[in-house]
Amino acid sequence: MRFNWDYKYVKMSKWFYTFSIIITLLGILSLSIFGLNYGVDFRSGSNVDVNLTKVVTQEQIQTLLDKKGIGKEVDYTPGKERFGIRFSQVLTDQQVNDFKTSFNKELDPKASFEVNTVDTEMAQELERNAIWAILLASVAIAVYISIRFEWRFAVAAIVSLLHDAFLVISIFSIFRLEVDLTFITAILTIVGFSINDTVVIFDRIRENLRFAKKKSRADLEQVVDHSIAQTMTRSLATVFTVFIASVCLFIFGGESIRMFSLAMVIGLLFGAYSSIFIASPLWVALKGKQKTPTAGGGTVKTAKS
Amino acid sequence: MKRILSFIVVVLITTGVMVGTSPGLLNSLKLGLDLKGGFEILYEAQPLEAGQRVTSQSLIQTAQSLERRINALGTTEPEVTTEGSNRIRVRLAGVSNEAEVRSMLKKPAELTFRSATAADAKKPGQYSKIELRGNDFVENGAVVGYNQLNQPEISIKVKDKAKFAEITKRLLNKELAIFLDNDLLSAPTVRGELTDGSASITGNYTREEANKLADTINLGALPLKLTEKYSQSVGATLGQLSLDQTIRAGLIGSIIILVFMIAMFRVPGIIASFCLIVHTWLVLAIFYLGGFVLTLPGIAAFVLGIGMAVDANIITYERIKEEIKSGKTIRSSVIAGSKASFRTVMDANITTIIAAAVMFGLGTGSVRGFALVLIVDIVTSILTNIFFSRFLLNLLVKADAVKKPSYFGVKESDISAL
Repeated sequence: MRFNWDYKYVKMSKWFYTFSIIITLLGILSLSIFGLNYGVDFRSGSNVDVNLTKVVTQEQIQTLLDKKGIGKEVDYTPGKERFGIRFSQVLTDQQVNDFKTSFNKELDPKASFEVNTVDTEMAQELERNAIWAILLASVAIAVYISIRFEWRFAVAAIVSLLHDAFLVISIFSIFRLEVDLTFITAILTIVGFSINDTVVIFDRIRENLRFAKKKSRADLEQVVDHSIAQTMTRSLATVFTVFIASVCLFIFGGESIRMFSLAMVIGLLFGAYSSIFIASPLWVALKGKQKTPTAGGGTVKTAKS
Repeated sequence: MKRILSFIVVVLITTGVMVGTSPGLLNSLKLGLDLKGGFEILYEAQPLEAGQRVTSQSLIQTAQSLERRINALGTTEPEVTTEGSNRIRVRLAGVSNEAEVRSMLKKPAELTFRSATAADAKKPGQYSKIELRGNDFVENGAVVGYNQLNQPEISIKVKDKAKFAEITKRLLNKELAIFLDNDLLSAPTVRGELTDGSASITGNYTREEANKLADTINLGALPLKLTEKYSQSVGATLGQLSLDQTIRAGLIGSIIILVFMIAMFRVPGIIASFCLIVHTWLVLAIFYLGGFVLTLPGIAAFVLGIGMAVDANIITYERIKEEIKSGKTIRSSVIAGSKASFRTVMDANITTIIAAAVMFGLGTGSVRGFALVLIVDIVTSILTNIFFSRFLLNLLVKADAVKKPSYFGVKESDISAL
């Protein structure tokens, strides 16, 4: 396996910036119009997942619910083995038990249930905590990178990790995928992976910088392009292994972590993409600005665009 | 020769330890309720009467009384924890009579002082007439002190002096028993008519018992009402299904990763695969020793952690490959490659630990569990997939057992002359 990864990554970056900005805008649009498709963890109500051992249709369940007087405003996620029923009202213990008993009696004697109930106040708190967690993690990571590298690397890394987190949220909003508590966990893990990937490339850039000529912006671009090319095999190999792990969880891992795995799969791809095409060029842009006022700066400005 | 021998010995001993302990480890791991069925409820506690506040002491007391009630029902291993200033989280695995348990838990703990009626006289220890209730006492009025004989005594204050005087007069030289729900806590005898609304309870209490009784009386004066804020209940078969599916997913994913590593890096790939297995074993061992509960998101974090652990090896081996391609000898390539990649790997891992630590600090419930697994995972992966794998590779290389670049997945034609 010998590939030549020498491309002008930084020069290409404007296409990728455009791509990311378009998805970000679509995401903002979708989020402001439709919002997120909140699962039970974030929306007040009850969620009942039934694990079926035989075929039960949605009509049968609806009839049963209507009979119990809890059939209003119910969403269904039908499946062969697992049937999701989402109530917008909070069911009382009694209602839940009543439902379980009659379901077992009338529809499927061996069915087993998973019931989740959450209060609205609690849901809002969970979401608030999640946002705080991401922001606080970003700050902590930025501090660490600023100490180990320099602030420009930190800025570029944080932009790219927020980009990854936001794009996954956008995609979940655009495709109306359900957001539950595990989704938050997935986003936070993506943040961790994204930063991991970015740091590896930055580390190589920093190393190559020591011996590089760094007079003009073109020199910087060359160092970055070269660093990306050198770490490309590693980036691909790592993305592949982690990707395989999440895809396996997605395909074989069961219903309750499916959305988690899907978020992970999407986030990983964005994480690898942004480290190369967003974070690295962004660092060049920041670093290039710094060079402008110093000697030879004049040529830098004309050299670009 | 000596190095080859020590390599073989290390591998054999490690394998032996893993094979020997794994069955026991797997069987004694604690599983979360999402994997074995059960339910989890998050309660918010409020005082029964308006204007009163939930104190951290009353919250802990309530949690303890919840635990006592659950234990009384004979359920195995209840987990009752307080959270924040006014929340209590209850986790119960393998409950069959869920509805009964839930309604039982929601009732506020009721403190009563009772006396024996004529009908109770036949049976000692029976007290069926309720004389005083928890809210008849002054809030935080129960205090532990010592009498002249240096025995602990609990002084209490009641709100209604006349009522207390009447009771103590009527029950002179009889017992006034203290109950929490239907459990008899203590049965002191009334020694005199008490008109000033305060009394002291003495008996053969240890300091600890006296404190506990005082706490209970104080809690009784401020009973908390519990409202369910969040609940999750998983059927036992469903839990088992999730467990099986996730483990299967993990196994398939791991096998693909191992095959990929060996295909890409040959001899070091085999070492990396071995270290990954050691890593998995070590994480399970830490979970066992630490008494951590393994949940579904935890397993997910675990599987993803394998990907992270493998990254450390990929970075190192890619670097070694580069060094070999630049024309260095195998031995100096391994040394240079390991050294150059170390800093990168540490930086990358530390940033992820920071993210996980924030999750642990801010998260609750499953998010916290996930973060914990991730942290344990990264730390052990540093041990196994950086230090241990490097140690093994060095043994082989120094013994000159891997001389050809092809053992590292490098073609001769890719090597440039120095």
